[in-house]
Amino acid sequence: MADPRPAHQTPLKTHPRAILIGASSGIGAALARKLTNEGWIVALVGRRADLLDSLCAEINTRHGETRALAFTHDVTDHASAPALFTQMVKSLGGLDALIYNAGVLLKVKLDEFDAQKDLEMTNINYLGALAWLNPAAAYFQGLKSGQIVGIGSVAGDRGRVAAPAYNASKAALHTYLEALRNRLTRHRISVLTVKPGFVATDMIKDNPRTPMVISAEQAAEGIYKAMRARKQVAYVPAQWALIMQVIRHIPSVIFRRLTF
Amino acid sequence: MTTLSLPFEHLTTLENFGHSLKAQSYLYKPTNVAQMMEVFKTAKQNGLTVTLRGAGRSYNDAALNGGGIVMDIQDMNRIVSWNPESGLVTCEPGVTLQKLWQHILPDGWWPPVVSGTMMTTLGGCLGMNIHGKNNFKLGTIGEHVVEFKALLPTGAEVTCSPNLNGDLFHAMISGMGMLGVFTSITLQMKRIHSGLLNVRAWNVPNLETHVQELFDNAPVNDYTVGWLDSTAGGKGLGRGQLHTAKYIHEGEDPEPKKTMQVAYQTLPSTMFGFFPKSVIHYFMAPFMINPGVWLVNTAKYFAGMKDKTYPQSHAAFHFLLDYVPNWELAYGRGGLIQYQSFIPKETVVEAWREILTLTQKRGLPSYLGVTKRHRPDKFLLSHAVDGFSLALDFKVTRGNRARLASMLQELDQIVLEAGGRFYFAKNSETTPETAKRYLGKETVERFKTLKKRTDPNNLLESDLYRRVFGSL
Ligand SMILES: Cc1cc2nc3c(=O)[nH]c(=O)nc-3n(C[C@H](O)[C@H](O)[C@H](O)COP(=O)(O)OP(=O)(O)OC[C@H]3O[C@@H](n4cnc5c(N)ncnc54)[C@H](O)[C@@H]3O)c2cc1C
Ligand SMILES: NC(=O)c1ccc[n+]([C@@H]2O[C@H](COP(=O)([O-])OP(=O)(O)OC[C@H]3O[C@@H](n4cnc5c(N)ncnc54)[C@H](OP(=O)(O)O)[C@@H]3O)[C@@H](O)[C@H]2O)c1
Repeated sequence: MADPRPAHQTPLKTHPRAILIGASSGIGAALARKLTNEGWIVALVGRRADLLDSLCAEINTRHGETRALAFTHDVTDHASAPALFTQMVKSLGGLDALIYNAGVLLKVKLDEFDAQKDLEMTNINYLGALAWLNPAAAYFQGLKSGQIVGIGSVAGDRGRVAAPAYNASKAALHTYLEALRNRLTRHRISVLTVKPGFVATDMIKDNPRTPMVISAEQAAEGIYKAMRARKQVAYVPAQWALIMQVIRHIPSVIFRRLTF
Repeated sequence: MTTLSLPFEHLTTLENFGHSLKAQSYLYKPTNVAQMMEVFKTAKQNGLTVTLRGAGRSYNDAALNGGGIVMDIQDMNRIVSWNPESGLVTCEPGVTLQKLWQHILPDGWWPPVVSGTMMTTLGGCLGMNIHGKNNFKLGTIGEHVVEFKALLPTGAEVTCSPNLNGDLFHAMISGMGMLGVFTSITLQMKRIHSGLLNVRAWNVPNLETHVQELFDNAPVNDYTVGWLDSTAGGKGLGRGQLHTAKYIHEGEDPEPKKTMQVAYQTLPSTMFGFFPKSVIHYFMAPFMINPGVWLVNTAKYFAGMKDKTYPQSHAAFHFLLDYVPNWELAYGRGGLIQYQSFIPKETVVEAWREILTLTQKRGLPSYLGVTKRHRPDKFLLSHAVDGFSLALDFKVTRGNRARLASMLQELDQIVLEAGGRFYFAKNSETTPETAKRYLGKETVERFKTLKKRTDPNNLLESDLYRRVFGSL
């Protein structure tokens, strides 16, 4: 095992640093690998400690130094976010980006109405984002630099029969990020909304009808590219921009008869 | 529910000298000891560490604390007492060398040890135990400290002198601000009889002569320093220019009152006659590419061909670089780093030959090489040896980082093999293994034991400390 402290920054060895919330599997885990391969040092957050630990071990072994640190945390525990944020920044030695990727998609049958499920999705996908994006925004505003990334979804562009609360939670996240961008751009902070299409992860493994699926690694490449370009909104892959343009214009009379 | 556990108004990005590092920190600027205690309390409550910072003139990460608190002591800058009869001065730690010399010079005194810039604070100078161009004669600044008071992170206040709490005295001075905060410093100043020095400048054609003449001149002059053309190879390897200076004895200066005025010391505000000095760094930039450096070095070598002797003010002799404000900006966006090694006199010629040859072979010659003669001292984390130091400045670019990094590790091996040491105010790439080898296991242990005593909660940490001592 490598040194438990993260690799140190020297003039000849510079490391950008990120907090990645929702990193234990899927897109988050792929992005953790991508960022560390690009020289970043990352703090990885999720509930499943075993997955985070083995991911960190894999990354740190590959690079022969500590580039990933694990922090077990449930984003619905809003109150502990500020102190944990400060501790993570301390461990990383600073912060250049915060990526909010935590999200769940709970299956809701077409004739099912379950407040519990809807509240849980809202709590993780949206309210948890509020708990984490606020400290990040305040921190970056104080520094006049930094980047905030929110992983939304193409699913947030319309309300569909299959996933009302999921759609709404992502739409809320998109709108919140837009407002944050309008506040923070003047402080030289970049706010990026990522809208992935279908990505082959646990989240959609039971979903039979998924066109244009990409791998989690491809999604991570797309997200990293958009981060580097300091984009405002990025569909991943980019073709979804056109598709969603069309879908957004499908009149309601037709859209409500569709079953996806 | 609060958003951030510490107020974001305190957040700022700080740099090292040379602009090659950036670190985000919560910056606090106390004006008295009670406020310093508050900062330690805040740190403890939030599980953060504190780094002390003076003027931030260290070339590395000594005064940086990414993700933590930085306590800047520059606002504690009163000269508490000055006795022009005895030459004893008591200062708060934020007093700069500039403020100090300007205060005492008209009374006929000068600080016994100064750095190549006068912007440094006394707190920072003691933290690193700085040396001057007279290291061989007068030792480090710590040897002129009569007494200091310090606040420990525990909240305790201690007074130290060479005889009172001697172990702490010799460890806090040179201790990189890791044991406690100097809050009051009493120093003995040096009597002088003129605002001028008698300076001699002459060329040395090669390495052997360079070392020999530094060796011969250091004992018989008050100040000795060399400038080494690190781009010259072959027979000219190690060539350069030496500068020595002697104090002017009582009665030799017909107008000491005049030459010891502050206004008499300073250089004109335009250099080279025409350019305002505030923009000179801009014109220097083109010389910072390799062929340019070679040209400048060669030009300087030939310009100094004639052996010259001339009077020069103390300030001009010591702080010439300060008269080109922001000269370090000429190094461009990546900034610069300094590599300074201290090598025993027995092995120095061979070691310097290897160092210079390697930098040339790797195509990464330094822009400026400065040589000095040193003597050992009794401070715990001492950098000095009975030998010589060579300070090399390197420009950092996006493209040369990896090559430079691996070359510096090779240089470290040359220095270690030669029995040499490094300086925590300068070197930014020293590894824990290298530090342990030159400091010795016992010294590291003694330092850690003292730290446990003065700072049991490890509140004082810097990027430098974590990098070098974190895993020792
Ligand atoms: C152009 C130039 C020329 C230089 N020439 C020389 C030279 O000739 N000889 C030489 O020896 N050095 C030289 N230096 C290095 C410089 O003198 C040292 O780095 C010095 O420590 C800088 O002082 P500072 O006030 O900027 O301290 P900082 O760089 O801010 O801090 C230095 C260290 O002191 C600690 N510290 C600061 N305040 C306190 C306090 N109140 N109590 C305890 N610890 C404290 C800090 O934590 C840090 O570890 C030079 C630097 C420059 C930029
Ligand atoms: N897959 C797709 O097709 C697709 C498409 C568009 C958008 N997205 C979005 O992409 C993001 C990542 O999803 P994925 O496809 O990679 O699915 P995934 O493998 O299930 O990843 C979800 C991540 O979120 C974390 N998470 C969930 N609830 C959490 C909680 N309460 N606290 C902390 N972390 C929590 C999970 O960690 P723990 O379970 O360990 O807590 C996991 O790391 C989600 O926001 C999702 O909405 C996915």
